[in-house]
Amino acid sequence: MTNERTDTTAPVPNFDGGETDRKLAIICSKGNLDMAYPGLVLANAALGEGVEVHLFFTFWGFDMITKKRMKGLKLTPLGNTAMHLPQGLGGVPGVTAMATALMRKHIAAVGVPEVPDFLDQIVASGGHLWACKMSADMMKLLKDDLYDAVEGIINASDFIEIASGARLLFI
Amino acid sequence: MTTATINGLEVHVDEEGFLTNYQEWTEDLAAVLAANIGVELTDEHWRVLRFLREDFAKQGETATIRRTSTVGGFDTKALFVLFPKKPAKKMAYIAGLPKPKGCV
Repeated sequence: MTNERTDTTAPVPNFDGGETDRKLAIICSKGNLDMAYPGLVLANAALGEGVEVHLFFTFWGFDMITKKRMKGLKLTPLGNTAMHLPQGLGGVPGVTAMATALMRKHIAAVGVPEVPDFLDQIVASGGHLWACKMSADMMKLLKDDLYDAVEGIINASDFIEIASGARLLFI
Repeated sequence: MTTATINGLEVHVDEEGFLTNYQEWTEDLAAVLAANIGVELTDEHWRVLRFLREDFAKQGETATIRRTSTVGGFDTKALFVLFPKKPAKKMAYIAGLPKPKGCV
């Protein structure tokens, strides 16, 4: 190899350099299977980089943390032109179930966990989960109806306070 | 590609300092790499590092935190304690492996 050079000391990766107090807050507002993942993947990645992470679940995003629903998120081709199927097909009974099963298979094939497992991992990595009070009130859900690791049902101002100094992501 | 001398051994490293040749890693070297980033290796660290080395030999890719936990059987919380803040990258660095490529 001609482009080699010899150093006596190897560089050491700067793992603790740069910003030390990075913080990320992600608002999860969607309950479709495909839209649950961006927030989870980014939260997990940020935690792995030593970033403090808060997830705030609101409106349809509540399905991601509602015990009865978190295992059953669905994907529909309806209104999703990126699936490149005739839109009429989306309304045919069974198509949503089929699309969902296929998506689950693809997600599992790349080693990505299902939503409840993914939340377990995020919590084990130090992530914080919060539920939106207005959504809980509207849907008549109590803390017990939600995934156990949800730290609390909080209002919008509480969340703004928690997210102080954080980069904010709305999904 | 750069060669550098670590602990009297000539090894290949990338611009960040990660070893680039699987074969050049030794356990003695690992202790030096760990000390470089402020990690003192215990038996528990060694169990994780051995899993990563073996898994890389089989898969050709560095295990992510997810894989280290599901396949290796290590508790995610514990990994964050053993290799604080950036466990996946710190584990890879000490194990003489490239950074994991997987997203999860």
